[in-house]
Amino acid sequence: MLGFVVFYLVPSIRGLYLSFTEYNILGTPKWIGGANYAAIAKDPLFWNALGVTTQYVLINIVLQTVLALGLALLMHRVAKSTFIRGSLLLPYLVANVIAALLWFWLLDYQIGIVNNLIDAIGLPRIAFFGSEEWAIPTQALINTWRHMGYTALLIFAGLQAIPQHLYEVANLDGASPFQTFWKITMPLLRPVVVLVLVVTVIGSFQVFDTVAVTTQGGPINASRVLQYYIYQRAFTESDFGYGSALAVILFVILALVAFIQMKFLRGNESDLD
Amino acid sequence: MTTATSAIRARSRRLNWRRAGAWALVVLAVAVSILPFYWVLRTSLSSNSALASNASNLLPADFNLGAYKRVFGLQTAQEAMAEGGSGAKIDFWIYLRNTVIFSAVTTAGAVFFSSMAAYAFSRLRWRGRNAVFGLFLATMMVPPIFTALPNFLLIKNLGLLNTMLGMVLPYLFMTPFAIFFLRQFFLNMSREVEEAAMLDGAKHLRIFFQIVLPNAAAPIATLALLTFIGQWNEYFWPLLVGNQDNVRVLTVGLGVFKSQSPQGAPDWSGLMAATLVSALPVLLLFVAFGKRIVNSIGFSGIK
Repeated sequence: MLGFVVFYLVPSIRGLYLSFTEYNILGTPKWIGGANYAAIAKDPLFWNALGVTTQYVLINIVLQTVLALGLALLMHRVAKSTFIRGSLLLPYLVANVIAALLWFWLLDYQIGIVNNLIDAIGLPRIAFFGSEEWAIPTQALINTWRHMGYTALLIFAGLQAIPQHLYEVANLDGASPFQTFWKITMPLLRPVVVLVLVVTVIGSFQVFDTVAVTTQGGPINASRVLQYYIYQRAFTESDFGYGSALAVILFVILALVAFIQMKFLRGNESDLD
Repeated sequence: MTTATSAIRARSRRLNWRRAGAWALVVLAVAVSILPFYWVLRTSLSSNSALASNASNLLPADFNLGAYKRVFGLQTAQEAMAEGGSGAKIDFWIYLRNTVIFSAVTTAGAVFFSSMAAYAFSRLRWRGRNAVFGLFLATMMVPPIFTALPNFLLIKNLGLLNTMLGMVLPYLFMTPFAIFFLRQFFLNMSREVEEAAMLDGAKHLRIFFQIVLPNAAAPIATLALLTFIGQWNEYFWPLLVGNQDNVRVLTVGLGVFKSQSPQGAPDWSGLMAATLVSALPVLLLFVAFGKRIVNSIGFSGIK
């Protein structure tokens, strides 16, 4: 209880307070009202970070959900073995830092295996981490690789909860697999899919580890995601007030996104009831 | 009759093709998940100088254990340079010690205190219980960086930067997820034994230690496992608070090791050896308790 108050509740309030101050760690915070927020609204680096992060989140949601849904269906229909489920989960268990370093090597421009394969089939090599257009998609791909199996397992668990007799009835009525999928599977899967979407979005908005280890925001600003920008402002430039204000904005974005998703997808209800 | 059988045959043939295609996709997904790890192993067993000229062979290029010697500190800087290493150091044993302390202490603390809190939320009746629990659930949504900045200041003001205590403190008492996870199990326990114990005059503390904890051993073990893996992989907080050699953990150490390698020719085999060795404990845990981990995923998704 005490831990909760000291390390969650009080910090949350203090964080909010700091966002209205100018504070460089030394000395005491100076109240400056909404000046940080006003500055953020005019900060091109912030808008860039927001755009870059959104790009990252979008690639993640689409790729991760589609791939995971496909994998979950495959596991449900053809391959339920624990070995397969286990191997798909493997990438999720290693640290972000390790996933990042692993792909940093595999995707190396000069001698990375992926680029060697690309070269072998006659396409031009890709500077995955070194080019502005590839920096963010690459980070998103690494993240998708790491989370795909985990997400698939979540959806798989949801699939298994769907009563089998519904499918038998549909079969007797002569429904095509396509119809069964859209009329039975998807609606009943909705709570799980909503959960997956919320978790994916919230998780991807907070991308940090991979960026910190590989590109450090570069090239230029191409992969300076929100959380990395907050880290830089607060810890490299010791501008804690500004960093806190950025963190508040990130928090508000996350809360909004989660709220909208729950609302629109009616995540709390299940058609099973 | 004949048309019917041929229709069935045609259908089963089509199904077989579909099945084969589906299996091919499953195999592809498994390959994409596992093969990168093989490639890390292959690289770590190669020598750096041979990697550049022989980058695509499936077997290690110029097989040797130099990279591992480098990681474990068994090689001098000169030897490392000769093998194409950068001469950058990684104090593997110290980082390993720090990581073990960090993960073990936080896991033990968080699981213990969280189970007490979960007990209070599920078995005891008190005013405002649901409101407080709602607040807990809400904190699951707060991005860690939001609390990380003020927590960093707090740890700094307490003079605990670059100490193990400072690294461990915020995780020690509880995590909202752990409480949520355990509460679900505690709610399903039967009240009868508990009530019988109460009639015998047992206090809450005794009920908690002698009835609830033993009965919930399995979920608690699962939670401990998940927490330990999570803490082992933690990067952000240890980076902020423990960025000096005496308290640096493996993830942070790996980042430093990577950035010390010159841009031109990183010590790939050394880096991959270090990566693999750092991931090894988690991989071993997974081999030992894989089923438990896999099964817990379904739980955390749908209550």
